[in-house]
Amino acid sequence: MERIPILRMGEFLLVTIQVDMHDQLALKLQDDLTAAIQKHASKGVLIDISTLEMVDSFIGRMVADISGMSKILGAETILVGMQPAVAITLVELGLSLPGVATALNVERGMALLRQKIDSDGVDEL
Amino acid sequence: MADATMSNVLKKSGKEIQAGWAKDLAAALPAGKGRISAIELEQQTGEFLKLITAAAEHAKASDITASDFKPVREFLEGVSRSRAAQGFTSDETATFVFSFKKPFFAALKAEMGKDADALAEQTWKATELLDSLGLHTVKTFQKSREEIINRQQREMLELSTPVVKLWEGILALPMIGTLDSARTQVVMESLLQKVVDTGAQIAILDITGVPTVDTLVAQHLLKTVTALRLMGAECIISGVRPQIAQTIVHLGVDLQGVTTKANLADALALALKRTGSSLAK
Repeated sequence: MERIPILRMGEFLLVTIQVDMHDQLALKLQDDLTAAIQKHASKGVLIDISTLEMVDSFIGRMVADISGMSKILGAETILVGMQPAVAITLVELGLSLPGVATALNVERGMALLRQKIDSDGVDEL
Repeated sequence: MADATMSNVLKKSGKEIQAGWAKDLAAALPAGKGRISAIELEQQTGEFLKLITAAAEHAKASDITASDFKPVREFLEGVSRSRAAQGFTSDETATFVFSFKKPFFAALKAEMGKDADALAEQTWKATELLDSLGLHTVKTFQKSREEIINRQQREMLELSTPVVKLWEGILALPMIGTLDSARTQVVMESLLQKVVDTGAQIAILDITGVPTVDTLVAQHLLKTVTALRLMGAECIISGVRPQIAQTIVHLGVDLQGVTTKANLADALALALKRTGSSLAK
């Protein structure tokens, strides 16, 4: 069964969605990712959707859900590389994904993630 | 043969009809407008006369949708299209066909002479034919005008959405004119695409040129802002005039979470600060 790879980069996890998402795949990703965050005690998750060209309301909600779950598990989540067409579709569907942090590309996302985690660390101290 | 008479008259007194017609046309279209030359007009009248003579000879009835009238129809469509492009009004265009009646009826009368019944019948037939041809001309004229308007609308849409790069990582989109769904869509698409192309972090939507902001326009603006945020770029709305600020509050539109500034300069200053650049005097 196909699955979306979750790469570990130090204290971060990188998820690159390179195939068309279907509902089963999204549910599987949700399971895998939450498990991986738990296992590696990750502090941040980067979801790269730059190759995703089509979304429906289910996938849109799924992305928001995954982000919420990661947050509960203590990992900041950033959605990177959304295509214009996808952004327009989500907006038209009324899914503005409030509370989901976004960045233009992986590099920016990584910088933002570090920044967030650093500031969190300061808060805790 | 009724129609034969019509075509006979056309054949026999074609020259006189054309002369009379040209004179009427010249009188109907005020001289000196200079949109169409006398030579061109003569060519058009000659061509029309030739085609209608040929058509009347073969046609069974005055049904202009018949295949015999195809050349006539096509010719009139051509004339009306060129007139629409030249800026003629619809009545001026229709006059081209309708002013054919007077000289044609005169020629019919000369041919029939005393036979009132036959004359009335022929006149009615000719009127029917010319009326439908005239209406066809106007219809084509209208269609050509609509095509012109549609094309201009499309061109305006493309012209009115320039995305400019103000600074490294900062884009600006000065919006001018009323915002509707179609325009917002184009604006959104071109802005988002530009964000991807340039990797900009901040986009400034300048609405100085937007005359009114109602709930619909505000909703369109919010959509653009949200789409930008989803892509990981920030958005600042600038150029909010005092009246617009008042309207937005009165309408109860929630612009919370959207950064707004009174003018583009302030927005640029903020954008520079956010990108970490600074300007020194």
